[in-house]
Amino acid sequence: MASMRDIKRRKGSIQSTQQITKAMKLVSTVKLQRAKQRAEQSRDYFNCMYETVASMLAKAGSISHPYLKAGDSARKGIIVITSNRGLAGGYNSNVAKLITQGDFNKADVQLYIIGKKGRESLERHGYNVREDYSDMVEEPLYSDAMEVSKKVLNDFAQGEIGEIYLAYTGFKNTVVHEPKILKLLPVEMEGQADDGSTAARQESRAPMNFEPADDKALDMIIPKYITSLIFGGLVESVASENGARMQAMDSATSNAEEMIDHLTLMYNRARQGSITQELTEIIAGANAISI
Amino acid sequence: MADEKNFRLKVITPERVFYEGDVRMVEFNTTEGEIGIYRGHVPMTVIVSPGILVISEEESPRNAALHAGFAEILQDRVTILAEVIEWPDEIDRKRAEDAKARAQERLDAKAEETDILRAEAALRRALTRIHVIS
Repeated sequence: MASMRDIKRRKGSIQSTQQITKAMKLVSTVKLQRAKQRAEQSRDYFNCMYETVASMLAKAGSISHPYLKAGDSARKGIIVITSNRGLAGGYNSNVAKLITQGDFNKADVQLYIIGKKGRESLERHGYNVREDYSDMVEEPLYSDAMEVSKKVLNDFAQGEIGEIYLAYTGFKNTVVHEPKILKLLPVEMEGQADDGSTAARQESRAPMNFEPADDKALDMIIPKYITSLIFGGLVESVASENGARMQAMDSATSNAEEMIDHLTLMYNRARQGSITQELTEIIAGANAISI
Repeated sequence: MADEKNFRLKVITPERVFYEGDVRMVEFNTTEGEIGIYRGHVPMTVIVSPGILVISEEESPRNAALHAGFAEILQDRVTILAEVIEWPDEIDRKRAEDAKARAQERLDAKAEETDILRAEAALRRALTRIHVIS
């Protein structure tokens, strides 16, 4: 049996770890509240944006526009949103897995990284990192998203990349986060829009006019649409990150609690054992003298 | 309660709902020129160009500096998706004036490496801000 001192030392170290995980949990809970609020506020904007673009494309029909078809290049640009810090459970590795286990050809992938952790793990897998915007993960602003979308659209226009994807973690609620990969360009509207509500709404409306004309309007609105998607991805990812960290730290704290309970039991047993042993020794000694 | 002449205006930015309410008229700049909207306007989607957004409610009109975005106009509803928009009391006058001076300087210098479009956009933004608060 381990000595009393050893058990005591181990217990102390677990206790201080528990204090850290507890504090981290509290911090991420507070951050989560804020991030969640932001994610919810930006959802409105995104939904409106989505509806407008969907209705534009529904109307534009067979219009041919560079943003609506894949570029000539076989290379694919992927914007990857992870966190700068670890200790968030499977949050970062789940996003990285989307790319390593998805059907992407490693040589064709150009990464636009937001978040150091994703960069580390994907670089280890031998992916090619084109740009790094890790600074913006802490407090994402709309202007940050603008910067990224400008860069990727520019690369798309130059023919450097033929398709653009966004890999991020969708925030469903505090405990459910879903790593997702989304195709940004060429713009594809089916999928989410298939629930029929958008189409039904379109029919009930008077025909929509565009000013300026369709293709010019697309020119201006699609970049805004991409920016809003990137921004939405950023705020949802930040909320998910804090949610994931809160959960991870919560279970770490309760695991520590369990270990401490166990060690306390062992410690008490060892203490009892040593007292019993001491007593036996004294009694045996006293008996020896009296005889 | 519902006034026949009013329509629903919603101004949303990525960060918040900027304005929501029933209004009589709204005016702003588009890429095709200035536009004023009453209830019953032809459905239309327009791109915003920097300028003043005037919201006319029952009483006095309210102004805001609208810099970028687009608007969806329906018969009884207008939604403005604004990328950048500010109320007059959110504008720092000194900062706007500094920005104006800086942009002007860059345009006047006509150095080769100046990004003319960017400087012009900055100047327009600064002018709009100053205009709204004065």
